[in-house]
Amino acid sequence: MKTSRNIYWLWGLSSVLFLASLLMVFIFVPTEATMGVVQRIFYFHVPLAWVSFLAFFIVFIFSIFYLWKREEKWDIIASSSAEVGTVFTTLFLISGSIWAKPIWNTWWTWDPRLTAALVLWLIYVAYLLVRSYTAEKERGARFAAVVGIVGFVDVPIVALAITLWRTQHPSPVIFSGGLAPAMLFTLLVCLSAFSALYALLLWLKIAMKRSESDIETIKEAIDRGN
Amino acid sequence: MIFWRKVLAVTWKDVLSEMRTKEIVFSVLVFAMLVILIFKLAFSISQDMLLLVAPGILWVTFTFAGILSLNRSFVSEKEEGCMEGLMACPVSREAIYVGKMLGVLLFMLIIEAIALLAFAVFFNLSVFSPALILVTILATIGFASVGTLFSALAINTKARDLILPILFLPIVVPVIIGAVRASGLALNGAGWSEASSSLRIIAAFDVIFLVVSFLIFTYVIEE
Repeated sequence: MKTSRNIYWLWGLSSVLFLASLLMVFIFVPTEATMGVVQRIFYFHVPLAWVSFLAFFIVFIFSIFYLWKREEKWDIIASSSAEVGTVFTTLFLISGSIWAKPIWNTWWTWDPRLTAALVLWLIYVAYLLVRSYTAEKERGARFAAVVGIVGFVDVPIVALAITLWRTQHPSPVIFSGGLAPAMLFTLLVCLSAFSALYALLLWLKIAMKRSESDIETIKEAIDRGN
Repeated sequence: MIFWRKVLAVTWKDVLSEMRTKEIVFSVLVFAMLVILIFKLAFSISQDMLLLVAPGILWVTFTFAGILSLNRSFVSEKEEGCMEGLMACPVSREAIYVGKMLGVLLFMLIIEAIALLAFAVFFNLSVFSPALILVTILATIGFASVGTLFSALAINTKARDLILPILFLPIVVPVIIGAVRASGLALNGAGWSEASSSLRIIAAFDVIFLVVSFLIFTYVIEE
């Protein structure tokens, strides 16, 4: 009962925020001077990146919790967050690619930040693969947790290593005051919309996995009964 | 001190079994030679062009050879049921990790030393500079640190030959970037100061992943 009410609440919140961010991105915010209308993808691109990092941070935290406490609920949170995070990283790569085509005249460049995003994506695809290639559930959870920890620790080192190259990507202007107030406000609304969507998807995924786990337990009980 | 005696016992076990079977070093060396040959055939280029791609060829060879020797390192434990024996020993999991890691490191370094010799002969390059040797040792420590962890993990999955490279390669990206850059500089006779940023990244990777792997290895092999 409590779960379903929270879901509706989150669903409502993300709907309202998304409606607001669409209005702001397409009507309210001024068009950027040099890049033109294409720049509006920025308001989706940056929140997607933010949510990806948030999701993988959650994976990291709950992987540690799982290895420490060995309770299935922590693994359910970590694995759900990894799945949602991988979807967001995929969208983040695709939206970046769509943005790059008109601006840099190419779908993909081996720019450090793009490369880092691709490596990030590959690490969490590996996280999902390890689990699916393990026969026993408990062992899969344990192995995935190990990858979740090692992968997250690796991310800053990857970022550091690739800045050894020269970058084509614009350096972040968000916190240095380079962004016009209207743009910053729009970005903040979009950030909260995507964060709410992440929370909603995570919640749904967790509820689904819990039900799966319950069904599994019931099935085992029935099998024992027969 | 007792800890290190146990570590060396685990390493010595691997060295002894390798000396009798010659399974890892020989087969991986042949593989490394083949990679060098395929690269030479794939890029038929002049000597001055070669200097540009040589670091890349070198590290692709080392990376794939590394994956192969990592795979072998736990396959024998699994196939002969040695893992159970090893875990029944009065040796901590951490000691098993360090012992296996040192064994892997030793085999990789032997393979790389001979492969470097082959590289020098086939490509007519002077590879044995102190800078290049330091880069190779640092990067190989990085490979062995996470490699041992993932090798022990992959061995218990359904597709171990597939899982190891899928896990290993994205994680060691910083090591490969740093090693290719630093070896390029070393081959071109550049000074230490230019290569120091690459070397520092590899060294940081080594320290971080030796500690992380040491701490979480126990969760990989418990049954």
